[in-house]
Amino acid sequence: MFQILEARELTENIYLMVVEAKRVAKSCWPGQFVIVRMDDAGERIPLTICDYDREAGTVTIVFQGVGAETKRMAALRAGDSFRDFVGPLGCASELIAEDKEVLKQKKILFVAGGVGTAPVYPQVKWLHENGVAADVIVGAKTKELLILEDEMKAVAGNLYVTTNDGSYGRSGMVTQTIQDLVEKEGKTYDVCIAIGPMIMMKFVCKMTEQLHIPTVVSLNPIMVDGTGMCGACRVTVGGEVKFACVDGPEFDGHKVDFDQAMKRQQIYKTAEGRALLKLQEGDTHHGGCGNCGGDR
Amino acid sequence: MMDVLKKVPVREQEPAVRACNFDEVCLGYNQEEAMAEAARCINCKNAQCVKGCPVAIDIPGFIEQIKNGNMEEAYRILSRSSALPAVCGRVCPQESQCEGKCIRGIKGEPISIGKLERFAADWAGEHQIRPEGAKEKKGKKVAVIGSGPAGLTCAGDLARMGYDVTIFEALHEAGGVLVYGIPEFRLPKETVVRREIANVKELGVTIETDVVIGKSTTIDELMEEEGFDAVFIGSGAGLPKFMGIPGEQANGVFSANEYLTRSNLMKAFDENAATPIMHGKKVAVVGGGNVAMDAARTALRLGSEVHIVYRRSEEELPARVEEVHHAKEEGIIFDLLTNPVEILADENGWVNGIKCVRMELGEPDESGRRRPVTVPGSEFVIDVDMVIMSLGTSPNPLISSTTEGLEVNRWKCIIADEERGRTTKEGVFAGGDAVTGAATVILAMGAGKAAAQGIDEYLRGK
Repeated sequence: MFQILEARELTENIYLMVVEAKRVAKSCWPGQFVIVRMDDAGERIPLTICDYDREAGTVTIVFQGVGAETKRMAALRAGDSFRDFVGPLGCASELIAEDKEVLKQKKILFVAGGVGTAPVYPQVKWLHENGVAADVIVGAKTKELLILEDEMKAVAGNLYVTTNDGSYGRSGMVTQTIQDLVEKEGKTYDVCIAIGPMIMMKFVCKMTEQLHIPTVVSLNPIMVDGTGMCGACRVTVGGEVKFACVDGPEFDGHKVDFDQAMKRQQIYKTAEGRALLKLQEGDTHHGGCGNCGGDR
Repeated sequence: MMDVLKKVPVREQEPAVRACNFDEVCLGYNQEEAMAEAARCINCKNAQCVKGCPVAIDIPGFIEQIKNGNMEEAYRILSRSSALPAVCGRVCPQESQCEGKCIRGIKGEPISIGKLERFAADWAGEHQIRPEGAKEKKGKKVAVIGSGPAGLTCAGDLARMGYDVTIFEALHEAGGVLVYGIPEFRLPKETVVRREIANVKELGVTIETDVVIGKSTTIDELMEEEGFDAVFIGSGAGLPKFMGIPGEQANGVFSANEYLTRSNLMKAFDENAATPIMHGKKVAVVGGGNVAMDAARTALRLGSEVHIVYRRSEEELPARVEEVHHAKEEGIIFDLLTNPVEILADENGWVNGIKCVRMELGEPDESGRRRPVTVPGSEFVIDVDMVIMSLGTSPNPLISSTTEGLEVNRWKCIIADEERGRTTKEGVFAGGDAVTGAATVILAMGAGKAAAQGIDEYLRGK
């Protein structure tokens, strides 16, 4: 069992939890992920690591309540436990292995979208701790949905917040901010790391390709075991099939087949929708999901 | 009057009934049937069956006890050689091992050794008979990586010798392929697998789940920081292979590993489970091994029409004869001498067909089997909405790439000697699929056993 030491709602439907997981905390790096399971009946949920404290033996995760299982997870409180918390899985960010002096010369841009702000944070923090100031663009739909702003501000070089509805910071999509920074504000970048919804990463890559900025993305496809065993997470990168869990989760964004990856994310949409319906309706659920037979 | 040349028949669920449930197909012997079958054994002095057993169970010995109605003693004899008799009685390829060598089998049918083993092990389980642990502790620690057949066997043997053994398992549940791979209807999880694992724990073995060696920690750290004196690697087969044909990334194409893991480990066959599984209307399972049969029979039970697509002929099917027989009885359709060349998908990326070519058998290849050759112009399409690829696995590099001095061969399998499981790194032993590539439960158990002996010799010499 892995005890939750802290649990809070960052904004509507996005939750942060600090979990005691000594082995993971000892060996994880920014860019890696964990798989959690709430209880014996639970599904295995992959989540990118948001922060870690090696001394305290804790790992921080951030997730959005999207399906039945993550909504169920949202009800966990400090003092409760995860049945399983395994990791770290996947490869660390490539930045970690780079020569520190070379890294200090690099102009690095992070682009975070929505809940993707969480996995960007440990990378920016790690760079900050190693004397590298990276620029960060954080995009959110509205001011209310923005997360980890203060935390990010403390570790970023420049932080640019943009909201789709213009309710806070700049107005518009993150791609607009990238374009403005480079074309109007005289910024140059050697590398861009974009993490967020698949559709956002696709359009960020289109933009950075135009601007000739090499771009790394972090993919979060469907997974079961997270150790290479099942192959559910396969993605096509530069015409080659890769397993996101062992070869990734970070890949060269200009080579990822996003359209295919987005289609593959739909595989269990119907099943997930049914499960959510059942959870929301509880005992009052008597059919309509096409699965339980209650309406037959 | 009973015919001594024939096996006492074993009761099974009717094919039409079992095709719609996940309960065990084979019902096994009752006491009366087991004793009658045991009485057929002629108790050879120079027992050939024992030589056919990778873990050298005293077969005539335990059968003799069943014949005399002494079931507890029969189990004691079994458990001296095997940590998992209830599993082996169900999934070993007895026809090519113990039963294949049985003298009775020359004139008539061999003794039903597997079914008798299963009977004695189940009887012990039902009567709460537990194996006996070590009397004295050796005061040395051994780490076992992976809780599949190789790891459980190695851990069980070492614990019985008095070592402190900890198994590290990457998944959330112990059992390896016994829980994620082999379906409920062939190997019940609660009554068979969990019970056998509880027996291994009873011997004093600790199991820590959710630890991925190579990620959560490494072998070097286990030995240097956590004080383990020796390590056994039984990490299993690895990454699923795909064909590399167009369309393989379409929605509805799964590896057998994914499909079976969802159904077995995550219980997705139960509609109340949190983990989803696709229910295809018509499914093509590509491949002809035991895993392909397991995937096909699982899909059938979830309501699909299922086709096995295999490029060679029935004779070359690598699956056990019993599994092929069961699959056919249940209504699996075999499209033999058929090879997929492309998977077709609709505009939304969902599978809607599999394009195949007909094959014929040519000259034998390096494996000794006749090489399948494409019949020119024989392309045709099978309309399916789901495809399961069951083509074997390639080794997982997680451990080999993170362990200093542990060498792999050109197939990326860990190099270990057969006799004692010694690897190229001192104090580190290995066995099972991680060494041989995908093989059987009992071969992995044999390797686990050999390595336990190797580790004991190594630690006593230290």
